Amino acid sequence: MSEKIIEVQHLSKRFGTFDAVKDVNFTVYKGDVFGFLGPNGAGKSTSIRCLLSLIQADRGEIKIFGQSLASNRSQILARTGSIIEKPDFYKYLSAYQNLAIFSRISGANVSRKEIEAMLDFVGLAGREQDKVAGFSHGMKQRLGIAQTLLHKPDLIILDEPTTGLDPQGIIDIRNLILRLRDEQGKTVLLSSHLLAEMELIANRMVIINKGKTLVEGEVAQLLNAEELVVQLEIDNAAAAKQWIADHFSNVELISSTENHLELAMDKSGVAELNKSLVEQGFNIYAIESKRKLEDYFIKMLKADVVE
Amino acid sequence: MLWNSVYNEFIKITAKPRSYLGLLAITVLVGVILFALKVDGKSMIAFVTSSFEQTLTFQGELLNGNLVAFIILQMLIIHIPLLVALVTGDLVSGEAASGTIRMLLTKPISRTQLLLSKFIAGAVYTFCLIIWLGIMAVIVGKLLFGSGDLMVLNSDGLVILQEQDVNWRYAGGFAVAFLALLTVSTLSICLSCFSNNSIGPIVLTMAIIILFTIIGTLDVKIFDSIRPFLFTTHMASWRSFFEEPLPTAEIIKSLIILLAHQVLLIGLAVYHFNKKDITS
Repeated sequence: MSEKIIEVQHLSKRFGTFDAVKDVNFTVYKGDVFGFLGPNGAGKSTSIRCLLSLIQADRGEIKIFGQSLASNRSQILARTGSIIEKPDFYKYLSAYQNLAIFSRISGANVSRKEIEAMLDFVGLAGREQDKVAGFSHGMKQRLGIAQTLLHKPDLIILDEPTTGLDPQGIIDIRNLILRLRDEQGKTVLLSSHLLAEMELIANRMVIINKGKTLVEGEVAQLLNAEELVVQLEIDNAAAAKQWIADHFSNVELISSTENHLELAMDKSGVAELNKSLVEQGFNIYAIESKRKLEDYFIKMLKADVVE
Repeated sequence: MLWNSVYNEFIKITAKPRSYLGLLAITVLVGVILFALKVDGKSMIAFVTSSFEQTLTFQGELLNGNLVAFIILQMLIIHIPLLVALVTGDLVSGEAASGTIRMLLTKPISRTQLLLSKFIAGAVYTFCLIIWLGIMAVIVGKLLFGSGDLMVLNSDGLVILQEQDVNWRYAGGFAVAFLALLTVSTLSICLSCFSNNSIGPIVLTMAIIILFTIIGTLDVKIFDSIRPFLFTTHMASWRSFFEEPLPTAEIIKSLIILLAHQVLLIGLAVYHFNKKDITS
């Protein structure tokens, strides 16, 4: 197992009589893109704010880079970059001035050229001297990413970094995160509501609910990559459904409509099922694998409610 | 890190239009007073001196730059706290309201250093205001009205200060006025730490100054014990520099009380700011 970058144990935080976080535990390893999932009000933002010492935890221990956050805040934050929800900037200052302000207190010696190169990197070249007041949400988000990366942090914490972005912006952020991990070996903790995005980029994840950790582990393991939810677009779905039920005992029918079947089955059986249906004269127009993280996420939350 | 943060604060203050309101207001107010004194100052002086003319004979120009500067200082020193609070009351709460405080506090600078940098920047801004007031009142006043002996009407009576004896008194008076305004700046930054909106600390600072001034003015026995310790009581201590003989003990007492307020307010602000959860 590689180096532990973040270790959170028994984290709890209470606001008045409300327990925002009761018992959150997780570990992030070097090079992880770590998904931090949970429904609204689960305690994600509070936990992340505790990681950045914006909020003081009531109980529990946070270790980052093997050091206690409580006693090594400055050293840890010097190696950490973050965006909490939406990045807020000084609207009356230019993009360059904003980055200069944050870099001056980031503990790194960042030159003018590096700031300009970073603005270029996030697609804001030529807008250096423009006031942030005139920036769109997407541009502010890009500036936020620039602010996060400027001092070359080893750990990047992104809380809902794609909020309010258009589809292209979301893809850009996804690609950026993957580049940071693959090309620069950064560790990324990512909180997002976009489960499909999370499934594409996270290798490990934790799901929290009501301030507690529900499950933590490798995304592929937790989702069981061999088990798929397959959606078939097929003619005469009713007959196909009956035929599948009679001949494929290991395929579970989830739902059906006139031309669609939704099936839970092993990945290894998809080709055989397809072949059999074609041989029986069914016309198959499309076979799609449905997003699994969404189902898994909902299943975990439902299980938590039942408990 | 502290000085980098102080530099950041200067950039922010100089980039905000509201920072120039104070300088503009001083320029306009002093300009109005200078104009009024130039137009009708002599009759105003004649009205004040008429009661002394049976016992005293005045020679030379009483309405000179030194007297004009004294009148301006007396008239404006009460109003300048608003101009100070307008900028300093926003230094922390303005950042909380706009969300930038969250961004700053995810950086490795300590909260104490960040807050101290704001106090330092607030002090420099206050210093700039008082220097500008000094330039407008003393230098422009002398340019327009010339120099001369300073006639001051104190509670003890009329004091005439020689022309060559005045400049150091102005330096001392402005230094004490700066300390008084610095206490206002410290108070508004302290209140700013407890608030997440820009206007609250500014309004509250002025409310406290008005309340303390009323307490200091009301001749009620119950307030006698606290009156000497209110910073507003010592905001007019700059006038002590224009008394003869110089009330050194009184001036030192005022300085100690003003400094004590500042230390107390900075301590309270640092303690609260370090404990504060940033949830916005």
